Amino acid sequence: MLTLECPYCGVKAEETELAAGGEAHLKRHGPGSSDEEFESYLFLRKNPKGVHFERWRHAYGCGKWFLAARCTATLEVFGTYPAQSKEPPAELQAKIKAKRPNWEGYK
Amino acid sequence: MSTRLSKGGRLIDRTKPLPFSFNGRGLQGYQGDTLASALLGAGQVLVGRSFKYHRPRGVMASGAEEPNGLVGLGQGGRFEPNQRLTTTELFAGAETASQNHWPSLEFDVGAINNRLARFFPGGFYYKTFMYPRAAWKHLFEPVIRRSAGLGRVPEARDEDRYEYAYAFADTVVVGGGIAGLAAALAAAEKGERVWLIEQTPHWGGRAVVDGVQIAGDEAEIWVKNTLQTLGKMKNVTLRSRTMAAGLYDHGYLLAYERVADHTPGDGRPRHRLWRLRAGRVIAATGAIERPLSFAGNDVPGVMLASAVRDYVVNWAVSPGDRTVIVTNNDDAYRTALALLDAGLSVPAVIDARPVAGGALPAAVRARGVRVLEGKGIAKVSGSKRVTGVSVCEHAGEGTELEAIACEAVAMSGGWSPVVHLWSHCGGKLLWDEARAMFRPDPDRAPTGADGAPMVRAAGAANGWLEAHEVMDCAHRAGGGKGSCPGAVAEEEAPMLPVWIMPQGAGPALRAKMFLDPQNDVKVSDVQLAAREGYESVEHTKRYTTLGMATDQGKISNINGLAVLSDALHQPIPATGTTTFRPPYTPISFGAIAGEARGAIFQPLRRTPMHDWHETHGAHWEPVGQWRRPYCFLRHGEGVHDAVHREIRSVRNAVGLLDASTLGKLLVKGPDAGRFLDMLYTNMMSTLPVGKCRYGLMCTENGFLSDDGVVARLSEDTWLCHTTTGGAERIHGWMEDWLQCEWWDWKVYTANVTEEYAQVAVAGPNARKLLEKLGGIDVSKEAFPFMEWREGTLAGIRARIYRISFSGELSYEIAVPASEGLALWNRLLEAGAELGVVPYGTEAMHIMRAEKGFIMIGDETDGTVIPQDLNLHWAISKKKTDYLGKRAQERSFMASPERWRLVGLETLDGSVLPDGAYAVAEGSNANGQRNMQGRVTSSYHSPTLGKGIAMGLVRHGPERMGEVLDFPTDNGKVVRARIVDPVFYDKDGEKQDV
Repeated sequence: MLTLECPYCGVKAEETELAAGGEAHLKRHGPGSSDEEFESYLFLRKNPKGVHFERWRHAYGCGKWFLAARCTATLEVFGTYPAQSKEPPAELQAKIKAKRPNWEGYK
Repeated sequence: MSTRLSKGGRLIDRTKPLPFSFNGRGLQGYQGDTLASALLGAGQVLVGRSFKYHRPRGVMASGAEEPNGLVGLGQGGRFEPNQRLTTTELFAGAETASQNHWPSLEFDVGAINNRLARFFPGGFYYKTFMYPRAAWKHLFEPVIRRSAGLGRVPEARDEDRYEYAYAFADTVVVGGGIAGLAAALAAAEKGERVWLIEQTPHWGGRAVVDGVQIAGDEAEIWVKNTLQTLGKMKNVTLRSRTMAAGLYDHGYLLAYERVADHTPGDGRPRHRLWRLRAGRVIAATGAIERPLSFAGNDVPGVMLASAVRDYVVNWAVSPGDRTVIVTNNDDAYRTALALLDAGLSVPAVIDARPVAGGALPAAVRARGVRVLEGKGIAKVSGSKRVTGVSVCEHAGEGTELEAIACEAVAMSGGWSPVVHLWSHCGGKLLWDEARAMFRPDPDRAPTGADGAPMVRAAGAANGWLEAHEVMDCAHRAGGGKGSCPGAVAEEEAPMLPVWIMPQGAGPALRAKMFLDPQNDVKVSDVQLAAREGYESVEHTKRYTTLGMATDQGKISNINGLAVLSDALHQPIPATGTTTFRPPYTPISFGAIAGEARGAIFQPLRRTPMHDWHETHGAHWEPVGQWRRPYCFLRHGEGVHDAVHREIRSVRNAVGLLDASTLGKLLVKGPDAGRFLDMLYTNMMSTLPVGKCRYGLMCTENGFLSDDGVVARLSEDTWLCHTTTGGAERIHGWMEDWLQCEWWDWKVYTANVTEEYAQVAVAGPNARKLLEKLGGIDVSKEAFPFMEWREGTLAGIRARIYRISFSGELSYEIAVPASEGLALWNRLLEAGAELGVVPYGTEAMHIMRAEKGFIMIGDETDGTVIPQDLNLHWAISKKKTDYLGKRAQERSFMASPERWRLVGLETLDGSVLPDGAYAVAEGSNANGQRNMQGRVTSSYHSPTLGKGIAMGLVRHGPERMGEVLDFPTDNGKVVRARIVDPVFYDKDGEKQDV
């Protein structure tokens, strides 16, 4: 049962008050996109054993969506940050790189 | 016979005798007894039959690891099967009954299985019941079902209550032995919030039984003083009778407190399930003694050496006048000393080691006991009770050297650290060759949210078996500095790993060496599994059922995997252990359910008119967390008749539907119109203020997700109605897109579902009814179809939507929730002379089907796009984008082969079975009959006097008039014609009058 800190209300929230929302930083492909782009947007998901960026909603708290960087193997949480982010904060990326030198980046 | 000694017993209070019963026979124990010590004290050695062979079994252990002593406890609403004798405290009037036998414990017909044991080898189920195939269903399965399973299922409703509790701690120390106490003290002295939990009612663990000295005094005194110190510290919580069931991610620890098992019916909750969030966990969970595998090691009277010691010292119970000790280590000699101190006889200590030269063997020899070095037990004699043992060379094959008469055997095969908590969350183990044990690998501890280790093992749980090592390790685990109170005990010489005894035993002996007594798994079964190719310990476990019973192999697993390793000719660490999973010992279903039972199992959402419905014959239907009236039953009326009466009333007069549960989402802001254009398939930004529009919402995968009427309330505000079950989901869906994708759009949303009570007034008399209430002009000219008006109706502030889901003239009136019941009552009063009736969801469903309106969840199932339902008119061609648009452009979605909505009418007027499939010619690649459509909604229409249905059919709308075959469950075929799905008032004249 994970605990994640909600970056909006600052509380350490337990998994029971959170709702998981799958992989973060997906680019939406709408009308006009190729079949390959659309397939990748809708269906293709990373499934790493290691660092993963994901969407969570503080569903039974403030109701806000936020993003979390987490290791799927050890469940270590590297950090959480607002959903209104085009990419993970630079300092978070640096922190992960320091802890996981072989990490290939969030893309 | 076992018996009660005349003096001694640390834990019993002889001034408080407690009566109890076993299989209906009245017995007596003392306050402080467990059921096991009370039964042994009363001379009851035989306590049950084994699961598979129905062999007589007695108590083997004194704690959570007990495999044999399981009974049904209590009666009626307090009956529970499989209660472990060794961990259940005796209380006055306890009624216990043994399990797995018929007709009686002493004489059991099923014991024939024991004679036939060679026909029931490992994997017996998988091998035997293959052929003939029909026999499985009619012969094997019924017999197996009757004889499988441990104990009897309770039949009465549980009379007790249970609860959850939550707590947080910097450090949770699990285990109240000297290691746990020392670790908790060290952590508490640093100012940490500390929880110390112990599964038994008593503190001190083994040290207080084994005569350890701490800080120059008896361990008992140090334990008492330390408890006092901890008890006075505000940052420390002590909980006995509390077992750490499992450790989960990020320090989430589930602890099971047996609050009132020993005081049943005293009003307290029986069990409490603690959900602890621990900064770190110190596992001071001790170690469990291993049995030795010799023939007949399951005969009642054969016990673990430590258990014999516990019964003598803690409960003043003699296991028998003469106890033979068999061991591969020095610790078991403590049992000999305890027995001698109690005035009992130890005919011999049989030690598998070639030389037993340590201090403890010396002390035993000094008391005149024979120590037989390099020897083993060839077999135990006796069936319902030990009568003696045959001594052999451990190095040999089991030739009897001498027979020793005795009533009990105390065995010790060494100790296994309790590594369950360490392992639950990914902690790894290493094999300690010298001590023949798996112990926690400090370099591979389970880690927490910060990536740092979150568990430390302390004391025996970490592999330290000698008292001074235990104290030192625990003190450091707790974070203590400097030296800790010194502990002194007799030094122990190295042990000798012994996995079967004698080491060269042949097949006959191996087939009587029990590894897992609860599941009747023998050395021969594991060896057979290995010969048959089972190399993985996880596979062998499942094939032989080793370690799969309620004790989860606490005493059997290490011996089992050692035997498997030997059979596979590989070292033990190469075999590894099976996975340790929570709970450590079984926890009650009551504790898992907690308070969530009966009326508070889940919250019930009530509309403002709920109570009125309840008192007026509502036949309830659950819809999400709401209850909605399916129909309103009049006195003596059946459900079917009530539904049809309600429909006729609406069609001919006027009806009221409580529509308060409909989702109501307010969407507001400068970008609200643009946002709704993305959410709905049609245009909402162009909707004029004052008007309503029906809209569809799709997922990004193109499938229809929800529908409802949208009203534009002002220049920047829209009110979106959703389905009853969809309100929260669609609100979340809106927030997801606003927060995560279009976060620069200026839009607010609010779920106002419960702010309003809403009533649909439908039927030809609807307008007359509203006119009687007065306040708002509801004429056709002033208030056209698909518009809304605000004002005061019957003195109540109201917003009225002129929309229809029944096909009749209809107004949906929304008022503040607090005014809902008042409005409902005013409508009923004023409508009395107009023939008004309340109607329920089923009448609503049938009337919408008569009109060919779709229902989310009937016509849609997550694979249906709006185009399938001929809803092209509600899909904007002008918009460049909306959620689902790209998906609907995929070739499969645009295919003319998709099944599309039609009406279906049976040739004989009967009702088509809901969900029935229409068959086509030929069969598919799997040899199944081809399908060409299915029924999505089907009812008897009282309005039309015949069955009507909707369905999805390949090329459906192009095949009007064709007849399809629908085979039904009973082999008959129902024939139905494809027709227009609008059965009633095709031109929509009635709703627009």
